[in-house]
Amino acid sequence: MDGAITSRGLLRVLTCGSVDDGKSTLIGRLLYDCQLIMEDTLAAIARDSRKHGTVGEEVDLALLVDGLEAERQQGITIDVAYRFFTTPRRSFIVADCPGHEQYTRNMATGASNSELAIILVDARKGLLTQTRRHSYICSLLGIRHVVLAVNKIDLVHFDQQVFDRIVGEYATFAAGLGFHSMVPIPTSGRFGDNVTQRSGNTPWYRGPTLLEHLEAVEVEEELTKIPFRFPVQWVNRPNQDFRGFSGTVASGAVALGESVVVAASGVTSHISRILGPDGDQERAVAGEAVTICLADEVDVARGDVLAPVSDRPAVADQFAAHLLWMDEEPMLPGRQYMMRIGNVWTTASVTAIKHRVDVSTLDQQSATRLALNEIGLCNLATAQRVAMDPYSQNRLTGAFILVDRFTNRTAGCGMINFPLRRATNVHHEHFLVDKAARAASLGQKPMLLWFTGLSGSGKSTVAKLVEQALHQAGRHTYSLDGDNLRHGLNRDLGFTDQDRVENIRRVGEVAKLMVDAGLIVLASFISPFRAERQMVREMLAEGEFVEIFVDTPIEVCMQRDVKGLYAKAKRGEIANFTGVTSPYQRPEAAELVLDGAGPPAEALAQQVLALVERRQAGG
Amino acid sequence: MLPQKTGALSPHLRRLEAEAIGIIRETAASFRNPVLLYSIGKDSSVVLHLAMKAFAPGRIPFPLLHIATGWDFRDMLEFRDRRAAEIGARLIVHTNPDGLARGINPLTHGSQVHMNVMGTEALKQALDAHGFDAALGGARRDEEKARAKERVFSHRAPGHVWEPRGQRPELWGLYNTRIAPGETMRVFPISNWTEFDVWDYIAAENIPVVPLYFAAERPIVRRGGALIMRDDERMPLEPGEQPEMMWVRFRTMGDWPLTGAHESRAQTLEEVLEELRRSRVSERHGRLIDNDQEASMERKKREGYF
Repeated sequence: MDGAITSRGLLRVLTCGSVDDGKSTLIGRLLYDCQLIMEDTLAAIARDSRKHGTVGEEVDLALLVDGLEAERQQGITIDVAYRFFTTPRRSFIVADCPGHEQYTRNMATGASNSELAIILVDARKGLLTQTRRHSYICSLLGIRHVVLAVNKIDLVHFDQQVFDRIVGEYATFAAGLGFHSMVPIPTSGRFGDNVTQRSGNTPWYRGPTLLEHLEAVEVEEELTKIPFRFPVQWVNRPNQDFRGFSGTVASGAVALGESVVVAASGVTSHISRILGPDGDQERAVAGEAVTICLADEVDVARGDVLAPVSDRPAVADQFAAHLLWMDEEPMLPGRQYMMRIGNVWTTASVTAIKHRVDVSTLDQQSATRLALNEIGLCNLATAQRVAMDPYSQNRLTGAFILVDRFTNRTAGCGMINFPLRRATNVHHEHFLVDKAARAASLGQKPMLLWFTGLSGSGKSTVAKLVEQALHQAGRHTYSLDGDNLRHGLNRDLGFTDQDRVENIRRVGEVAKLMVDAGLIVLASFISPFRAERQMVREMLAEGEFVEIFVDTPIEVCMQRDVKGLYAKAKRGEIANFTGVTSPYQRPEAAELVLDGAGPPAEALAQQVLALVERRQAGG
Repeated sequence: MLPQKTGALSPHLRRLEAEAIGIIRETAASFRNPVLLYSIGKDSSVVLHLAMKAFAPGRIPFPLLHIATGWDFRDMLEFRDRRAAEIGARLIVHTNPDGLARGINPLTHGSQVHMNVMGTEALKQALDAHGFDAALGGARRDEEKARAKERVFSHRAPGHVWEPRGQRPELWGLYNTRIAPGETMRVFPISNWTEFDVWDYIAAENIPVVPLYFAAERPIVRRGGALIMRDDERMPLEPGEQPEMMWVRFRTMGDWPLTGAHESRAQTLEEVLEELRRSRVSERHGRLIDNDQEASMERKKREGYF
């Protein structure tokens, strides 16, 4: 493979279409006709064709690219598979993407790493919901070049009218999607028409074959022409004499002697040395993995972004972004997730869903949550200020992923639209009298006693006894109770999952202010989700949050049913009732677990008081 | 020290090199205790070379691990010790002691049992014993269909179990490196390289590889259609069988009774590249272990095979 051969460089291609559009067959045909299939592989495929194949005695080319056992048996592709091939004119990486409706997330994955998409349409069926869905996702993820492969053209007798009608419909639909090129080609993966060879069956078609187009299309990325961005990945400090910042240049270029700024801190320096894979070099451009040394001893760590002084990224902790949800567990506003942007990990939550996008019609709808495969325009807030660019300007510094904090699954991906101005102008006020001063004047350590458990578990009863005893002992206390707050601060909230999350967030913020005021706060809330209890824990300083799990079996709670709520829930008069129609996630590491079915409430209160006194004494 | 380069890289190889270096750095930055799985083959030789580049002028900040099965080619072991000494890397060699005690071997127990006990089990033992939470390896997506869907950062549940349906989507190179206690990650920096890219890079960078990759006259026995090099006396000859000297080379490295040679006169890197350009059979053709059962690679991966 000499230089001239791959002068056009690498093209990353995504294929997408509905089940049975014949994607795998089309790719298999491409590989086969380019004579890139090895003899032993072909022999294995011929053997498999008799067992799994769907085309009788012919060799089933789809089997070349379908990989995993289970999906082979189901006859569908369920994941992203990568194929590599090289022709005399170009190298290709083909991401084979699923057409199955619920696998939007895999398509987004393929699209995030691709420059061109082949969108397959079955000539017999025309445009389907998934065709629109996949086109929109390609557009959202920044793909600007599309091939519309009107496949199985043999099954409509190579009819030009069918082709023209599908192309016309697609052009109308795709007009607003921002594609720079859209090339329609009539193909048959099974028989090879217009894949690598011009077909005699479509004399009316005068455009390129699929391969000709892929070899010729210009997708030259503009990455080197936009401002320099260098997310620091690793600080290389082998000895006292060398301190370099390793990473991959996300965009733009930089040369020795040029000034750069550490985006978040605003500290500037200039480039004193650039080490590439082969040693010292004078410049570094987008895509290169290098180690950069600065002339001054400035504070730089993994996650920092180096940028030109005159052209900096935004640094913000609030921004608007399109979010594509990829997890079975829906996205709830207010819930915290781990977010990765560049090389930074921080916590983030959605503060508002402006609208959800119906990916079939592109209509905007109101929404209170995002379920698997749904896309919404959202406002997000992060725990720390991070460097960012709009995704439309920079695909690498404008993208992020959200990760579930408990399962570590990649739960969502986002494309930043713009930072929110208010974030950059609102600063925390610092006062001379602080929490420590207030606590000292009250003569106590402020803390939050968080009682969690099912309705009727005895949370409030125990909390009342505890507060009474603390008060008698001269402590300064305050009680926050679910029912009371729902009459005031939280009266706009219901009992859906997303409202429960918001309810706890507000309670957490109020409790935090009261702890800040120096009080011992008692909060009794069902607070059924682990994530939100964790959220409140993290709002407070280390050791201030004391989780008390009142562990009472649901049968006992139902039997007590002080407020008659379980009876109503069982009659279906209350929706989303914890323990009946809505889940309760048991704490895994509570500071105290009380057996709510055994000892009397007074004994349980004594256990809590003992813990409080230990903490007050410094234990 | 890095070897002297012999040629300029194509833009395509430059891009692959940069991607791999980024992945190796990410592993060092994100995990508590990573390790480089060094199988002595051409692919892990490339990964080792890339790791040296990734941390220059510093040293590689993690050890190398070799799983020795007791049936490695002698040439491989010599090469391994020489390379580790040259680089000054910390080399850990592990062999499954239970398997050794039970005398597990490919000749009497067959390739499946042997590879499971001496390969997969041994790897898990070593990862657990040293508490490694990330293992870098040289697997490539073009090797086999089940590999084509493998992630760059491939998550393993406790017990090193690979769940093909539970793999995390990888977008924009924003890898999700978070794991819970007991979980591990396998990391494949050269996922996007083809066999040809690997040889092209070895040639351009002048990377040392085991001499078995180059043709020489070697003592060969024909068994079941495969050309097996009798590397020592442990393989009994069948009646009438006589090793004959043949010009062969190997396309992959492994245990010698399980690795088929092919007839070749390619004695230099340029000749190997030329042979690959003309080849009409795939790389794993010579690996006797992969042909055991249909979808055998996927099954082995689920069990924890690298």
